[in-house]
Amino acid sequence: MRTLENTTSEVLELAASHFNVPREQLRPDDDFFKKLGINSLQALDLLTHLENHFHIELPDYELQGVSDFRTLAERIQSRL
Amino acid sequence: MKPFQGKTLSWQLLDGAIELLLDRAPCNEIGSATLGELEQFVMALSGSQTDAHALIISSARTEGFCAGADLRELYRESQKLPANLRASQLRSFIERTHRVMNFLDAAPLTTIAAVHGVTFGGGFELALTCDLMIADKMARFCFPELRLGLIPGFGGIPRLKRDLGNAVVRDLLLTGRSINATKAQAIGLVSQIVAEGDALHVARSTAAQLKKFDRKTAIAAKKFIKPIPSDELRHEIEIFCELFARPAVEAGLRKFVESKDALPYLP
Repeated sequence: MRTLENTTSEVLELAASHFNVPREQLRPDDDFFKKLGINSLQALDLLTHLENHFHIELPDYELQGVSDFRTLAERIQSRL
Repeated sequence: MKPFQGKTLSWQLLDGAIELLLDRAPCNEIGSATLGELEQFVMALSGSQTDAHALIISSARTEGFCAGADLRELYRESQKLPANLRASQLRSFIERTHRVMNFLDAAPLTTIAAVHGVTFGGGFELALTCDLMIADKMARFCFPELRLGLIPGFGGIPRLKRDLGNAVVRDLLLTGRSINATKAQAIGLVSQIVAEGDALHVARSTAAQLKKFDRKTAIAAKKFIKPIPSDELRHEIEIFCELFARPAVEAGLRKFVESKDALPYLP
């Protein structure tokens, strides 16, 4: 069973890998829009990768107001 | 059927299948230019004696298949007109779009939507006119219209109701959420999920399979199992036009147009 810490770590890995950003530059409290330099279209790509990786469905309305990796990981964790 | 290269799309005949390729930055938003060229396509196809057995619709844009109606153009053009003429202009646009969608829906060949990335709103509706949908694993589907105070206006609801259970249609329509290709296949919307970037390739091999069958039989079978929900489509136009006239919709569109984000209505 994944812990929130594991989930957060996996989210950061996936984001780094998908958007070609060095993993060590990403922190759980970073704003992923600003840190990854992405817009809403690219955020959807990230969502798809996360859903496929964790085998979950994460309605995008649950991401309303979410802009940091830690809170994103919490939303994912609640679906595991 | 002669090949065509337009400003927003192109088509060609390849190995017995017509390939219609959407290519308008940023993500094939359907405005007057795309609609005009789709109308040209409809005329070319209906006027030709083509032996083509399949039509594949795909996108050249990396962002996705199609992000929907060109809301920015829709808003800008409506603002140029006095209030009493806006409704008729909108109705004209919607009715023209419905004619194109209805033609594609009933086209006398097997149609395949090869989709990837954003397949939203009017883009989702375009894909829904096709007999088969092949999605790459990064495709996402959405009817975001309720977020703007509207309903899908290009025939999406009647076509989705034709294909899926009502509960699923309610979920997509009333929440406005996007779903991925895995979910789309699980609910019966997508027939095949393929690797990222491979949708067109797989659509072509599917079309090659279809080539083995007698075309007249295939057309008869399609007509038998795929009714066109004409009454509901007409009703949808009325509801859409009525909703569009509301001040809240104008305000929502203005906010959309003023935003710099690609899809400002998403979280």
